[in-house]
Amino acid sequence: MAIRLKEVDAVTVGVGWTGSILARELTKAGLTVVGLERGANQSPAQDFALPGIRDEFKYRLRTELMQDTAMETLTLRHAPGETALPWRRWGAFSPGDGVGGAGTHWNGVTWRFLPTDFEIRSHLTQRYGRNAIPPEMTLQDWGVTYAELEPYFDRFEKLCGVSGKAGNLGGQKIEGGNIFEGPRAAEYPNKPLTMAQCGLIFDKATKGLGMHPFPIPSSNNSAAYTNPEGLTLGACQYCGHCEFFGCEANSKASPHTCILPVLLKDPKYELRTNAYVNKIIYDKAARKVSGVTYIDRRTGEEYEQPANIVLLCAYPFNNTGLMLMSGIGAPYDPGTGQGVVGKNYCYQVTSNMQIFVDDEINPFIGTGVSPCAVDDWQGDNFDHGGLGFFGGGFISAAQTGGRPIQVRAVPPGTPRWGSEWKKATAQWYNHFFAINTHGSNYPHRNNYLDLDPNYKDAIGRPLVRMTFNLFENDWKMSAFLTEKAVQIGRAINPRHMGNAVPRRGNFDGRVGQTVHNTGGTIMGADPRTSVVNRYLQSWDADNLFVMGASVFAHNGGYNPTGTVGALAYWSARAIVQDYVKMPGPLVRA
Amino acid sequence: MSGENSTGIKKTDEKRPDEGIARRSFLTGAGAAGTAVAALTLPAAEEAKAQQAPAAAAASDPRSDSPLILNATENAFVQAVVDTFIPADGLSPSGTDCGVAVFIDRQLAGAYGRGAKLYRSGPYFKGKPEHGYQLPLTPYEFIRAGIADANAWTQKTYGKEFDRLTPAQRDEALKVMDAGKAEFINAKMFFEQLYALTIEGFFADPIYGGNRNKVAWKMIGYPGLPANYGGGKALEYRGKKVVLEPKSIGDFS
Repeated sequence: MAIRLKEVDAVTVGVGWTGSILARELTKAGLTVVGLERGANQSPAQDFALPGIRDEFKYRLRTELMQDTAMETLTLRHAPGETALPWRRWGAFSPGDGVGGAGTHWNGVTWRFLPTDFEIRSHLTQRYGRNAIPPEMTLQDWGVTYAELEPYFDRFEKLCGVSGKAGNLGGQKIEGGNIFEGPRAAEYPNKPLTMAQCGLIFDKATKGLGMHPFPIPSSNNSAAYTNPEGLTLGACQYCGHCEFFGCEANSKASPHTCILPVLLKDPKYELRTNAYVNKIIYDKAARKVSGVTYIDRRTGEEYEQPANIVLLCAYPFNNTGLMLMSGIGAPYDPGTGQGVVGKNYCYQVTSNMQIFVDDEINPFIGTGVSPCAVDDWQGDNFDHGGLGFFGGGFISAAQTGGRPIQVRAVPPGTPRWGSEWKKATAQWYNHFFAINTHGSNYPHRNNYLDLDPNYKDAIGRPLVRMTFNLFENDWKMSAFLTEKAVQIGRAINPRHMGNAVPRRGNFDGRVGQTVHNTGGTIMGADPRTSVVNRYLQSWDADNLFVMGASVFAHNGGYNPTGTVGALAYWSARAIVQDYVKMPGPLVRA
Repeated sequence: MSGENSTGIKKTDEKRPDEGIARRSFLTGAGAAGTAVAALTLPAAEEAKAQQAPAAAAASDPRSDSPLILNATENAFVQAVVDTFIPADGLSPSGTDCGVAVFIDRQLAGAYGRGAKLYRSGPYFKGKPEHGYQLPLTPYEFIRAGIADANAWTQKTYGKEFDRLTPAQRDEALKVMDAGKAEFINAKMFFEQLYALTIEGFFADPIYGGNRNKVAWKMIGYPGLPANYGGGKALEYRGKKVVLEPKSIGDFS
């Protein structure tokens, strides 16, 4: 029997970006909050300090900050009817672990999804006709608009101190910024970072092609910055150790740099680490949840934490898995298209190409964010008439650190080893960069999450099973974006160009692509087709809210964190100002 | 390649009845002693600096090179592989002399080699290539089995175990494995695992045993630590050749 603890107003499952934001907003409103984190806490001053943090082998190759597959992993199959097999170690992506979650090891890329993303079905239908979206592409509107979210995007950007240049202030397009972004009420809080040499090369080439290059918005602060919580972040050191690493300079926005120091001082908040949540306690008849149960990994004991509000703030797979294991909401069935939990799981579709130049690139001087991009081929920023696919992505010159185990390239035709390989490696290390395409992934009827019938995690729960593959829409989109990257590459007039291979064939669980997993508990306007309403409130239990990219109804061609943060603040406002005063459904079903 | 070349002593033990074992025991020691000799291939100024570095002093202690887990046959195999991937030339000493074989031994003996962060529950199925690694072997067990199978294959194909092949034969055998045409179980996966471990050992921070004297970082011009280019340096260095003496974690500890 679980040991029953004292009731609190709210509990968060997970203490990453959304768990920290929600806890902060709720405690500020006077509520008591407990944060349950399955991993350990981390001390930036000790755990992310020089010299040990500059260890590519430990953090990148051996994924020190990432979820331990021996404790919990996922299974993968390409289609319903196949037997799924577990990721025995991570390949395509690796979810984070510990306090701070993905907000600790991310690169800091902080986009806003496009206005058309939030009303994707309405928009595409209006522009291309009623039958334009194929029946198997289960795109749907999100139930919220960009205009509604704008103040919350702004709020998250100010929390993080995002460095960037506006391309659309109140509808006025500004050259040098991203002219395709939605209208912004305010400029970014920090100026853009110093653009690396490869960014200058890319900027010149894309301008020559009539495209619209700009610096990617980055939560690596270009100057010291004090955020609205009163916390000061340092200036970026261009150290080239962002992704997979904690930030030594406290210049990358994270829960540890932006919220936790304030939150942890609040007597209304309590953080519990090594607390592995295994169930949400659900009363189906009453349509309420009453708390969660968790295992304290230090003792093996099971505890029940009663709470008036449960906030699911874990990674998309864990949010979806906990809903399914707790019997909340109807599981999605790809055969009938009925049910919602697990629906519209999406990934992203990427490709890259190496460019070899005479310029001194100095790849080791980098930030987590590629210095320069074009958004001309993103979302529906271009006419898809006759192209045979929907979606798109940004194309960028990538320079995120010259860490030598992974960031090396030799021209095509070079042997893989021996003296000739060494010579080419030495010759080209400082003279190459990649052009990346970072594309959307629109939902497919057969792509979804459920519980695996064969495999279990270390505490005996079923693993989440991913049924996922790439389809014609993805292959065509990748071919289109990759061809644009080749055009840019040719315009650079490099010494050599690497092979540009668009994504094709089956989804490959081995090959690193992005860590941007979305869907499974999607938001929407209709309980028959979504798990949570526009305020991220469960349709099946009004005191359960679900945060993070698991609520994305599809995956755009952007990194998700900016939109995750905006939705968290949007939902927090509704909880604090509306729900707490009058508990019940915030939207009538 | 490894011990033989750098010491100048060639197979003095060939006539002994237990030649395989004796040879391998000898080579294991010779590979370690070779470190100091190999430093001679570096330019004189580089060598002088390397001699002064505390990390170099520690790395040249021959006792620190004794394998933790590989037996003599396995160690000879690994040394022969890393010396083929990374031959001694004007850019660096051989893989063994850079510490790459020691790195691989340490990795296989440690948490990684024993299956840390590896989901090991059954059932086991072959799956599709896109499912990645699906075997009930730890990385150490996988490499151990692979070395035995690879040696049996080269014995059959060339009449000798891998480490006794000529440099040209070793290179050819690895190319056949890389092409997926070597006839032993898991040959291509085994090759890729050896290749990945070699690259990791060559380029990782020297604290792991490879990349001795930061030789791989010097080869490509990677400055290592502290990697702080704030305060205007990112702009100052942009597009310019930056020559910095590489520093590793050990240099700051």
